[in-house]
Amino acid sequence: MAGTGTAHLRDTPDVLLRIEDLTVEFHTSAGVVHAVSGISLDVREGETLGLVGESGCGKSTTGRAIMQLPAPTSGRVLFEGTDLAAIEGQRLREVRTRLQFIFQDPISSLNPRRKVKDIVAEPLRIWKRGTEQERKDRVREVLDAVGLDPDVASEKRPHQFSGGQCQRISIARSLVLDPKLVICDEPVSALDVSVQAQILNLLEDMKARYGLTLIFIAHDLAVVKNISDRVAVMYLGKICEVGNPDDLYATPAHPYTAALLRSIPVPDPTVAPVQSGLLQGDLPSPIDPPAGCRFRTRCPLAQERCAVEEPQIRAVADDHYVACHFPLVGDTAPSAAAPVAASTAAP
Amino acid sequence: MSDPRPGRRLLTASTGHDGALLEVDDFRTHFDTPDGLVKAVDGVTFSLERGKTLGIVGESGSGKTVLARSIMGLLIGKNVIRSGSATYNGDELVGAGKSQLRALWGTEMAMVFQDPMTSLNPVMKVGRQITEGLRYHLDLPKGEANEQAMQLLDSVGIPDAKRRITQYPHELSGGMRQRVTIAIALACGPKLLFADEPTTALDVTVQAQILNLLNQQQRERHMAMVLVTHDLGVVAGRTDEIAVMYAGQIVEKAPTHSLFANVRMPYTEALLKSIPKLEQPSHTRLQIIGGRPPDLIHPPPGCRFAPRCPYAQPKCHTEPPPLQEAETPGHLYRCWFPVGTDAGREALAKNLAHHVPAAEAAVTGDPVMAAKVELADVPGGGV
Repeated sequence: MAGTGTAHLRDTPDVLLRIEDLTVEFHTSAGVVHAVSGISLDVREGETLGLVGESGCGKSTTGRAIMQLPAPTSGRVLFEGTDLAAIEGQRLREVRTRLQFIFQDPISSLNPRRKVKDIVAEPLRIWKRGTEQERKDRVREVLDAVGLDPDVASEKRPHQFSGGQCQRISIARSLVLDPKLVICDEPVSALDVSVQAQILNLLEDMKARYGLTLIFIAHDLAVVKNISDRVAVMYLGKICEVGNPDDLYATPAHPYTAALLRSIPVPDPTVAPVQSGLLQGDLPSPIDPPAGCRFRTRCPLAQERCAVEEPQIRAVADDHYVACHFPLVGDTAPSAAAPVAASTAAP
Repeated sequence: MSDPRPGRRLLTASTGHDGALLEVDDFRTHFDTPDGLVKAVDGVTFSLERGKTLGIVGESGSGKTVLARSIMGLLIGKNVIRSGSATYNGDELVGAGKSQLRALWGTEMAMVFQDPMTSLNPVMKVGRQITEGLRYHLDLPKGEANEQAMQLLDSVGIPDAKRRITQYPHELSGGMRQRVTIAIALACGPKLLFADEPTTALDVTVQAQILNLLNQQQRERHMAMVLVTHDLGVVAGRTDEIAVMYAGQIVEKAPTHSLFANVRMPYTEALLKSIPKLEQPSHTRLQIIGGRPPDLIHPPPGCRFAPRCPYAQPKCHTEPPPLQEAETPGHLYRCWFPVGTDAGREALAKNLAHHVPAAEAAVTGDPVMAAKVELADVPGGGV
């Protein structure tokens, strides 16, 4: 099996979503693209799961595969106990009302020719929820909740709003059906920093107000840490590390996570930019990913074993799991003889 | 547009100039559009010496990119109105003709653009894109230019240069492409390099490599560099001085250490506080800036940040603050009630007592309050 293990999955009754051995492959003229290869994840009710990684790591594909957009090549997506990958048609559409998606580009994900009130009301109309008046009231309520004055915003069209306001409209639209789980795919990457904070705080507030569970997909590690209760780091279609954000960021166990964290420029001039221990080279092709551990071609700690045996996810600390033969923390952590590892284990 | 100002030298062989390499004085770039005059850069002054790096930080629409391109003379078109002065090695750039600028491009000043895919020619081999400048500006024969192109690729960290020069841009990864654009910019040995968001399109691990490469090349070649970015993290460790731009103006300019240690301008403070930081625990409530940047056709009459500023007082809405000097030499800011002073503290307390939305949004991080600031400054918006 191509899976990287399930040690990090939890068996509590409040698990809302559980992905098991999810694989997504795309057939292209150049060969089969292994976008996501046998990953397992779960999200508990009320939790925010952060999915983080660089371009091409499969984080967005994972988010879309949960929604069955497109359906995964194999694996199970259990949402409230129902395997979404096994159902289709009307039944799938019905379940999907309880899952919503917020896209990266707030402007192109809104229909430019429609008024805000119609954009936000559309899911209600499609599902024939409530009476005309009840729908109107619901639209006003969610617009108000995301900080848009319904009297001003309702009759306008998306181009009359800034990017940040458009993202507020997208959030309102995703909330209108009262979903359980909202998948946010890079919801703040297209926004300026001053607006990014507004949207992050808004998502936190909406989560509390409407009792949401979030999957937050982003490439910015600091943003993901800020909003998440649990973080999964992905690389080339695999999960490297899963854990509580405070732990995972303070003592990264996977060499890739450590390299990622080291690469981030710190907004503090007294901290000199890191010159050594940075990743070299480029991401290998997902058409022909490396055998064994997919990170080994760029890993400073790679050994022969990494090329032949794929590491399985295992616990290194309480709620901290890693898929690595030579993790930076735990019993098998390399000694001070490995300088790269030593400097990350004790920053 | 206009002739060089009287008293300023025309572009000639520039030797023996002992001022700063680049001096920009009350520089403006406006665009004449059907909606009105867009004041994209509105009175910017700074100077830069060889071997130094200036970071220009701002959000979309702050004018940072227009500033860099306009200084270099890359903005053409009848609707571009440049005024003020920008001198390179003593030679005036505003009003300089195309042939005069061409003599400077490549050999004296060069630019690295944000998106390496669109700034490279997709149907021309990488090698030829590098040698083009060498042959045009330095008149090198083909063989020698090729030789130099390979050396350049090697110096920007592209292995196997011999094979790479025969490839097209789409055969390279994003990071490689940006290395190629850097090689092109450095080919003719410029003394001034503009890097306009050179790493924004790249992943974070590649970003670190490219920034290190730029720094290393700058040191080796003793170039002056203008690093334009929206990311305060990028400039913090890699610049000597930082200019923060807002709505076409420099609102704070200081030696890098001083800027971070003694922020004076409320906008800079708000930017720093609204970025999630790695060392903060998860779920730290972020401070937020309400509203959005102003319309550059009708900028606010007073301080341009006033409508969104948690410190703003009535005076701020009517009188534009001048750039004034802080205690630290070289630290300039544009504010009547600066951060870290009694005047600033009093102003903020007063605004909080009166429930001014911008102040409440900044302190509580309430996104709904922040949206009220936004609606308030849209004409006819109302709260």
